[in-house]
Amino acid sequence: MSKYLLRRTLTSIPVLAGISAVLFTILALAPGDPFEELATNPNVPAEVRMNLRAKFGLDDPLPLRYARWVVSMMRGDWGFSFVSRVNVDTLILQRLPTTLFVLGSALVLAILIAIPIGTYSALRPYSIFDQAATTLAFIGFSLPTFFTGLLFILLFSIHLDWLPFIYRADISATGWRWYWEHVRQAIMPVAVLGLFQAASMTRFMRAAVLDVIRLEYVNTARAKGLSEGVTLVKHVVRNALIPVVTLVALQIPNIFGGAIVTEQIFRVPGIGSLLIASILANDTPVVMAVTFIFSCLVVASNLAADLLYGWLDPRISYR
Amino acid sequence: MAARVASRTVRGDLAVAASEPSSSLWRETGRRFRRHRLAVIGTVVLLAMVVAVLAGPLVWRHPINAIDFKAKLKAPSWSHPLGTDDLGQDILARMLYGGRISLAVGIAAMLIAISIGTAIGATSGYVGGVLDHTLMRVTDMFLSLPGLPLLLLIVYLFRDALRKALGPEVGVFILIVAVIGGLRWMPVARLVRAQFLSLREKEFVESARSLGAPPLRQVIRHILPNSMGPVIVAGTIDVAAAIIAESTLSFLGLGFPPDIPTWGRILYDAKDNLDFAPHWAIFPGTAIFLTVLSINYIGDGLRDALDPRKVLGK
Repeated sequence: MSKYLLRRTLTSIPVLAGISAVLFTILALAPGDPFEELATNPNVPAEVRMNLRAKFGLDDPLPLRYARWVVSMMRGDWGFSFVSRVNVDTLILQRLPTTLFVLGSALVLAILIAIPIGTYSALRPYSIFDQAATTLAFIGFSLPTFFTGLLFILLFSIHLDWLPFIYRADISATGWRWYWEHVRQAIMPVAVLGLFQAASMTRFMRAAVLDVIRLEYVNTARAKGLSEGVTLVKHVVRNALIPVVTLVALQIPNIFGGAIVTEQIFRVPGIGSLLIASILANDTPVVMAVTFIFSCLVVASNLAADLLYGWLDPRISYR
Repeated sequence: MAARVASRTVRGDLAVAASEPSSSLWRETGRRFRRHRLAVIGTVVLLAMVVAVLAGPLVWRHPINAIDFKAKLKAPSWSHPLGTDDLGQDILARMLYGGRISLAVGIAAMLIAISIGTAIGATSGYVGGVLDHTLMRVTDMFLSLPGLPLLLLIVYLFRDALRKALGPEVGVFILIVAVIGGLRWMPVARLVRAQFLSLREKEFVESARSLGAPPLRQVIRHILPNSMGPVIVAGTIDVAAAIIAESTLSFLGLGFPPDIPTWGRILYDAKDNLDFAPHWAIFPGTAIFLTVLSINYIGDGLRDALDPRKVLGK
């Protein structure tokens, strides 16, 4: 298993290198000067701008600039935010936990909804329950997250006045109240993201269980006297999860897209809303760094999916 | 009734001769598609939308940017069937006009995605070897690119330059369509490659090869038409995904400028007035939702209709 883990980790390095090359090429091809903001700012003298250009070697050939960029990224020198006046890595480290908390809770919610419903639908295909679940799943992944978010605000914040629609990092309450306020403000963003993921996951799960349930080893498990519950959990669901993990892993980039939108709607102070704010403020170092962080998150979750395969199907890790 | 007539003609064709295999194949597919009730409803809804955005502005001749502060943020009424926004502009007129752009972006981005995906998948599957390996690694890498952040980054970096070069409307349209299409070709490439790998070993391709058909003819006349089934399904779903991508960009305020009211852009303007004017957000949001839902159901129906395993079963 540890050898498999090591091999998988090593194969994600060229992927990260490729992604960083793509990002860097896009930035290099883009018209305009990264220090344009400084040029129009009367408080910054021209020699400072020239020094900065020299420091970052903007007039060097492309491969050299790319190599230098990679080295400084790896050393943790991510640049300086023009707008917030702090180092980019500090800014991102402040914001990242919130994003991971919302994304993680949404994923847990999606799994808790999708696996039972998808399995139950597949056990009784074309029943009323299955048809209702399939229809809801179709509606769920056809509703874009930005519209679900607005509908939730309209219903739960404006109409019913149950939940706050602005996510605050600085809640003044203490003790249990502090936790309660945090949970309350996280409900809507987590629900929007979680339900969106659950919709497609339910469909994958239903299809996968339908494929598995007819197989011989399920009959064998029943025939040797295992209870229905054990058969279902240990033999059907576990094997059905393998293709589901593949499909969910392919969806991960979309999920991060949904996270940006949700953070923007509910003003969650995570890296998604940081990305939008930096784009609107022309804060190029932050934009680049956040995009790169999102790429790292995608690669990391693909790695996690690979590890999950190894656990679900031990044969994979021995190959 | 239509279904019965169609099936009778199919049987008639088969009885006469298999002289026109392609037309009866498509008729057969159409017959199976019509059995998927929700897919048919989806087709009707989508066609109604297309007719509405194409012919609507000719019927509902309200200017999209006539500002009328006396009628601002009004709920739906006879003079403004879908209400007005904060400048008193008619939302129906704006949605009909913006819908053209939203749908056009979806279709154009899908065409780009399918063209790139088919070209790469076909090359990879037909040529094989090192080229196949390289192209598939590139595909895998593109699959792990974070779509929306990258889309935002590219739009952010290139928007001003393209706007200056080609004008605000055309520049932004080309940029958005190219980037959405350029980031969505990977599933198509994988599907086409898989089809090519199995089809190029089939007897009919072998016979074409032994009759002396050059590689390009083998690909275009024999392999490609037979591998189009999954591509059509993927392309349908891609239209929906591209419409959502454009709406998301516009919703974040980074897509089309305010004078091009795509559905996502109207939502962006509406989101801060949710408490006084919910209709302003609900109508464009519902339009996006209905379009995407219809397209997804059509895709589902096509998947059933084009699945060769079902031909023998029914």
